[in-house]
Amino acid sequence: MTAYFLQRLIQSIAVLLAVSVVVFFAVYGIGDPIELLVPPQASAAERLALIKRLGLDQPVWHQYFTFLGNALSGNLGTSFVHGVPVVSLILGRLPATLELVLLSMITAAVVSVPLGLYAGLNPDSRPARFIMAGTVIGFSLPSFWKGMMLVLLFSVWLGWLPTAGRGETVAFLGLQTSLFTWDGLEHLILPTLNLAIPNTVLMVRLIAAGASEATTQDYVKFARAKGIPRRRIVNRHILRNILIPVVTVVGIEFGSLVAFSTITETVFSWPGMGKLLIDSIYQLDRPVVVAYVMLTTLLFVGVNLIVDVLYAALDPRVKLSGGMT
Amino acid sequence: MTKNLFAASLLATTLLAGGAHAQGLKIALSSEPTAIDPHYHDVTPNNAMTSHIFEGLTRQDEKQGIHPALAASWDNDGANRWTFRLRDGVTFSDGTPFTSEDVVFTFCRTLKNETAIAGSFADVTASFASVEAPDAKTVVITTKTPEPLLANFLSTVRILSASIAKHDKITFDVANNCGVTSPWPVVGDFNDGKLALGTGPYKLKSYVRGTGITLERNETYWGGKEPWESVQFVPVPNAGPRLAGLLAGDYDLIENPAARDLGRVKGDKRFGIAITPSTRVIYYQLDVAREQSPFVKTANGKNPLQDVRVREAISLAIDRKAIIDRLMDGMAAQAGEFLPTGMFGALPTQPVLRYDPAAAKKLLAEAGYADGFQLTISTTNDRYINDSQIAQAVAQYLNQIGIKADVDAMTRTLYFPRRAKKEFSMSVGGWTSASGEASSFLRQWAATPNAAGTLGGSNYGGYKNEAFDKLIYEAVATMDDTKRSSLLQEATKTVMKDYAFIPLHFEAGVWAHKAGLTFTGRSDQFTLAMSARPAQ
Repeated sequence: MTAYFLQRLIQSIAVLLAVSVVVFFAVYGIGDPIELLVPPQASAAERLALIKRLGLDQPVWHQYFTFLGNALSGNLGTSFVHGVPVVSLILGRLPATLELVLLSMITAAVVSVPLGLYAGLNPDSRPARFIMAGTVIGFSLPSFWKGMMLVLLFSVWLGWLPTAGRGETVAFLGLQTSLFTWDGLEHLILPTLNLAIPNTVLMVRLIAAGASEATTQDYVKFARAKGIPRRRIVNRHILRNILIPVVTVVGIEFGSLVAFSTITETVFSWPGMGKLLIDSIYQLDRPVVVAYVMLTTLLFVGVNLIVDVLYAALDPRVKLSGGMT
Repeated sequence: MTKNLFAASLLATTLLAGGAHAQGLKIALSSEPTAIDPHYHDVTPNNAMTSHIFEGLTRQDEKQGIHPALAASWDNDGANRWTFRLRDGVTFSDGTPFTSEDVVFTFCRTLKNETAIAGSFADVTASFASVEAPDAKTVVITTKTPEPLLANFLSTVRILSASIAKHDKITFDVANNCGVTSPWPVVGDFNDGKLALGTGPYKLKSYVRGTGITLERNETYWGGKEPWESVQFVPVPNAGPRLAGLLAGDYDLIENPAARDLGRVKGDKRFGIAITPSTRVIYYQLDVAREQSPFVKTANGKNPLQDVRVREAISLAIDRKAIIDRLMDGMAAQAGEFLPTGMFGALPTQPVLRYDPAAAKKLLAEAGYADGFQLTISTTNDRYINDSQIAQAVAQYLNQIGIKADVDAMTRTLYFPRRAKKEFSMSVGGWTSASGEASSFLRQWAATPNAAGTLGGSNYGGYKNEAFDKLIYEAVATMDDTKRSSLLQEATKTVMKDYAFIPLHFEAGVWAHKAGLTFTGRSDQFTLAMSARPAQ
């Protein structure tokens, strides 16, 4: 177990280093942020002063090692555009994204497990066909369009929900969250729905496929022969077995939603991390982009680790040993 | 009688509704200000936001005319000495009286502004040889060189309260920290509102990056109370959701709705539109200096853009009216120079740049390019309204006179650094005259660069005309308005004859709002709560 974690740790550090090199040099290669920051009418002396202050007068490898040195002491740099530390900028956006992603993952899980099980166990019934057809539609519609349609229906036509933005927030454990105000919740509904739909349908399909496959397995037949009630077979045997692929997908999706729920955040002007990333790329705000990608890499590495541990908990045959990646 | 009662109750309801409405105003912005610090970054969203909270010694009206603000009056001795007499009875939003000390402190701070992005107002204050405050209500500024636009520039330098830093007696002695004994405030200090002390009509209530900015009315404002008790600004960068928010009633006012969507609110009684011509001129800059230009290919290996006949032919080939009608939905005005008519230094009547493909072909033939040449137009696709579509249209027009033109459209992140490295042959540009004077474009784009980089900083095409340079260098140092205006007109005429810059049109600022209010658009495209009033 310890050896396993150690190996994972070394792998993670290598991944982080590689990512930092790639992102740093890629953003450097796009262009010169000075041209986007400095108004053209600024004098030559002022321009030079800013270039020097941001450290852009140094050779790029020198800039990289300065960055790396600072990063090791926990300082990921200062945003070119906002002039404040990058970490506080990103962490300031984290609660907004987390509440959106958590809520949408919970919605997806709560909705998809019963629907998927039903469709998998009764594949020929009319509701099951209806559910499966729905998943195809839900999965095929592009997120951007779906978001606009939700706004059109629930905000513009019906006038029930606000179109965009984050509602009123209150401090909870030092974090600003909109989960505890009515206004905040109202603002959360549409983006949550938009983010939950693709994951719901994905999970419905996974669970349905798993369930219908499991019913033909020997262990289920044996359990039925033993006379175990159907309810117990489903909950105790089938569900547990099909949860492994589901947990994997939830893990990966969680990471990618936190890091890249950009489209939904853009449509709903949600002040989350994805939107910060996009804005920063447009403005060549290199410290933000690099720190962002490194933090999300850390997140993915962490989530993968948690998923592996969950495997072991769900399936006694899975052992956490050194050879696994 | 019944009828009258009915009418009266209807009136009462309307008034009540109007009254309830007048409490708050919610505005959706297309780009979010990056800070509340008024000296952080000299860009439109920041300047517009901070002018709710802070004021300059002077102010610009919606057509960029200069008026007294914190200075009640001023005069100039005909050379470098300016005397500003400050307004009486003005206090900051915390009750501290406004005095000449605050002005000197502010000027010092722009020069001691460690976190600022370059060009953030230090340009103005760095030209001061001395600033003196003979009494609490007088400020005397002496500039190093004559600066005719000083009163104009000072409208952009927003005054802070000296109380936000510890200090002894404040003097304009930058080398000795001006008498300030605590660290100078940095950008982050303003965002939580404690240092955001201004004299303006509103004060900061909250600033949450990405979520919004809330202002509340400054009840002690010297200039008369604003109708809105509180104003909320929400950043909604995407045009679709912004308009949807207006339609759904989430916002009272939105800036920059997409031209293609305006049909949705036009003619709808629940909404109104304000379209105001701006000073932002859109033009192409031609690479006229180099023997060989990177995106030009000719049989003889030369750069045809060096020939004024070829440049005039390019201008003649473009049907500006069609571009405005078809691509811009009429929301632009044709440009024949670089500033709209009626503004300082603009020609009395805007010259009309003809559309005449036959004449263009003739000029090309005269120049020896009857068979045309290959040319790539470089353009942004996310900076100006319809920028890449306009470039495509222009390329089609050029093809009609035999120039084999194509378009290279890219995001501004790539475009601006490349243009600064002079990698283009024909490149799009857009310029807003911050001072509202013709000198703004001419000195920045067309002048031969000077050593300090204060003139000619964007002359990427290498345009050089000695007669023009003489006019513009003289104009920017001429204090006499009449003389400066005629110098600028002369300079405009000279530069237009060379066709090194091919103006297309002036963009219009567009706002859409609820029917319950009136909105006056500004030519500098600032979106201000002060421009919105409840409908009478």
